[in-house]
Amino acid sequence: MILGLPLLSTVIWFPILAGIVVLFTGNDRNAPLARLLALVGAVGGFLVAIPLYTHLDRAQTGFQFAELAPWIERFNVNYHLGVDGISTPLILLNCFTTVLVVLAGWQVIQTRVAQYMASFLILSGLMNGVFSALDGLLFYVFFEATLIPMFIIIGVWGGENRVYAALKFFLYTLLGSLLTLVAFIYLYNVSGGSFSILDWYRLPIAMSTQILLFLAFFAAFSVKVPMWPVHTWLPDAHPEAPTGGSVVLAALMLKLGAYGFIRFSLPILPDASHKLAGLMIGLSLISIVYICLVAIVQTDMKRLIAYSSISHMGFVTLGTFLFNAPGLEGAVIQMVSHGFVSGALFLCVGVLYERMHTHLIADYGGVVHTMPVFAAFFMLFAMANSGLPGTSGFVGEFIVVMGAMKVSFFYAAAAATTLILGAAYTLWMYKRLVFGAIANEHVAKMQDIGSRETLVLALAALAVLAIGIYPFPLTEMMHTSVNELLAHVARSKLPL
Amino acid sequence: MTNPMPDLLPALPEIFLLLMVSVLLITDLFVDDTRRGVGYGLALFSLVGAALITLLTATPEPQYTLNDMFVDDPMADALKLAVYAAVAAVLVYSREYVRLRGMLRGEFFALSLFATIGMMVMISAGHFLTLYLGLELMTLSLYAMVALRRDEPTAVEAAMKYFVLGALASGMLLYGMSMLYGATGSLDIGEVAAVIDNGEAAGPVLVFGLVFVVAGIGFKLGAVPFHMWVPDVYQGAPTAVTLFIGSAPKLAAFGFVMRLLVEALPGLAPDWSDMLIILAALSLVLGNVAAIAQTNIKRMLAYSTISHMGFVLLGILSGTTDGFSAAMFYVVTYVLMTLVAFGVIMVLSRDGFEAENLEDFRGLNQRNPWHAFVMLLAMFSLAGVPPTVGLYAKLSVLSAVIDAGYVWLAVFAVIFSLIGAFYYLRVVKLMYFDAPVVATEITPNPEVKLLLGVNGLALLIFGILPQPLMAFCARAIAGSFF
Repeated sequence: MILGLPLLSTVIWFPILAGIVVLFTGNDRNAPLARLLALVGAVGGFLVAIPLYTHLDRAQTGFQFAELAPWIERFNVNYHLGVDGISTPLILLNCFTTVLVVLAGWQVIQTRVAQYMASFLILSGLMNGVFSALDGLLFYVFFEATLIPMFIIIGVWGGENRVYAALKFFLYTLLGSLLTLVAFIYLYNVSGGSFSILDWYRLPIAMSTQILLFLAFFAAFSVKVPMWPVHTWLPDAHPEAPTGGSVVLAALMLKLGAYGFIRFSLPILPDASHKLAGLMIGLSLISIVYICLVAIVQTDMKRLIAYSSISHMGFVTLGTFLFNAPGLEGAVIQMVSHGFVSGALFLCVGVLYERMHTHLIADYGGVVHTMPVFAAFFMLFAMANSGLPGTSGFVGEFIVVMGAMKVSFFYAAAAATTLILGAAYTLWMYKRLVFGAIANEHVAKMQDIGSRETLVLALAALAVLAIGIYPFPLTEMMHTSVNELLAHVARSKLPL
Repeated sequence: MTNPMPDLLPALPEIFLLLMVSVLLITDLFVDDTRRGVGYGLALFSLVGAALITLLTATPEPQYTLNDMFVDDPMADALKLAVYAAVAAVLVYSREYVRLRGMLRGEFFALSLFATIGMMVMISAGHFLTLYLGLELMTLSLYAMVALRRDEPTAVEAAMKYFVLGALASGMLLYGMSMLYGATGSLDIGEVAAVIDNGEAAGPVLVFGLVFVVAGIGFKLGAVPFHMWVPDVYQGAPTAVTLFIGSAPKLAAFGFVMRLLVEALPGLAPDWSDMLIILAALSLVLGNVAAIAQTNIKRMLAYSTISHMGFVLLGILSGTTDGFSAAMFYVVTYVLMTLVAFGVIMVLSRDGFEAENLEDFRGLNQRNPWHAFVMLLAMFSLAGVPPTVGLYAKLSVLSAVIDAGYVWLAVFAVIFSLIGAFYYLRVVKLMYFDAPVVATEITPNPEVKLLLGVNGLALLIFGILPQPLMAFCARAIAGSFF
């Protein structure tokens, strides 16, 4: 409780209310006011989430800060919130990223500023809702509702081909989630009328049913992650989205899918999860290796980073379906780390795009001569993306590879190739953008980053280094929850 | 033998409204064109009065009167209240529209109220004849309303189509009812149900009659393959009348189906639920797929109506209390959304200009963010995306369908509503992503603006707190049938 208000509700609703307030500042004459209010909302949203970190009981199993109130009696749906060591880091990541996004859009966005800022604040609140919902329908409502602001963000402030990208994004994800809705309703019926996730955890389900439900969940979550072969919407969405949209998409929305696997597929359907683990691992390895190769040949920076995101998210799904502690912990760390790293890379691309209005790598060259400070930050994030020790990118990938080694040498070997391939595409892109002679007169005229941009990149750099050098605060937070989850997955839920 | 005076109390709202229409018709003779507002005020007053009477005479138990030909039960009360609200909203939205097109005469209001009485009689029918009487009163008024602009070729064409196909449907319905009469020896809904229940009815004739009745229902609801009239009428009729046809009559049609299938023919439930599966599945497919190809928004919404009626049928065919209340909830929320969508279309229409092409919605967000937002809510709600009420409408129906054991049907419905999402998104895309082509100011009347706001926000508020509306529908169904 803070100021007598329930903590999780505050974390969810504060940004949403702030967003609505920002919306009321109206047209672009009040843009400075809208920006200021948005910043207050974003920073406030982060501040109210801090007690989650300080007050989370590391030793306690189950869900904390729980809130329970009846919502739709007709379907026995409750407004049931609660977090554990897995969801808390994601909420913090979300609140932190929102601040970065608001700052990053400060000058870039000049049209319909209030609507832009409000969309991000509302989106942030909705995603906090996804991470803390303990009721299936509540989860679904938040999960789906995130589509609306993102659809608008891509469609209104996006690039040339934004309409195609926005529609593809929306319809792709809607297909999966509608099937999940059917699965949820089915679970509601067989559990004797309960939408509570905790009740579903205890529900015995026959193997054939488990597999069907697993596939329904898979439809929603794999699209969101995205896993190969349903990843094609992401490389289309990213280049068209505005910088802030790309950051949120990569840093947070992809995590909704991975979180769904961890929260739903594993504990509700443990037997199907084990049975289909081979498939999931196979798809993850294809994501990791094949998508790396695809990334190398990209000519568009945003597309390249989008493919790199898919490849890194492959580590998350790989770790999730190894069913051992390093795998799962590594997966969660990778989620957080990827949030910072890919977010920061998209911010860097945004900085370049703002000056040159092109995403093509070939249009750049020799940026280091005109923008040395920026080049330094960019270097750090590029290294983190290729998994250099000392950055957050290394920690997650290394732990997942360790987990994979426990299961099979082959998995580990395949996954580890990314350390080479990832370095190849990231550093090659970096080399072509930053080093060499100044490519053209546009590059020659580029200004180095200002104080606002420096602040944004420095905040991200801090997080990347902190997790890379001392990941303990992150791991100790999730330790208990990960072990509890693994114990849960190990128990069969087939009816006797 | 004396003939005792029947208890008229249950029918009081209908009687009141009939008196008020007469008053309206007479006053209209003494009012000149400058003061047509009188009829408008009188019509709204009548609806409010009828709503009050309905509320005051509401009973938790069904009341039968007029030799059981008329019934007043909780479902009837609930549906009538929704009908009044819908008709009143239609009148408010269309006032300016009909004024600019020279339709603001007493006839418009009188016909609207006559149609309303017809709907109320349908909803409260306890006898096949009453049911038919209400249906004809409603549809005849609607035919006339469609043709109200008699110098407009498309409207006249639409009216003709509507009339011919509607008459055909009525004929089928009557034929089916006559066979049911032949099989059971009665036209009274309660008696028909009892005879079928006792197994005294002749089997083949009964099912044959049922086929015709279901065909008639399909026509009236606009379910595939009896949907041909829907797109033409929606497109051809003046938008105010399209809104009227698209809103309140759906509530009445729901009541009609409930009386006819659930109350009179529960013994044939296995037969009619199979037939409804076909109607529902075809409606979902054709409604959603055909809507994609439309460039006229009224026609697009017509196809969307067809697909939504498919969902309503899904709720009914599941054959459980939950299914019926889910279907009712679906109809009520559907009417709410339709009102918003057509309300915005009418706000955009000006003198001599019909905003009926999708193109007319381009850049609405820049011209008027508030109306664009309201339309956005309507579109997402029609697509069933949270946090709007459309999700819960779909959820309730799907839940009932899955509970009845038709998981495949639920998956089927979900896949086609995904296809449906595309054309709703296209409207959002036009409003938000595209630049406006015209920059005319949009200045609706304050009352329209207020009502549209309330109506649009209702989609959001019921989307966040759907419980009251769901409980309202569940109570109405539970009080009437079980």
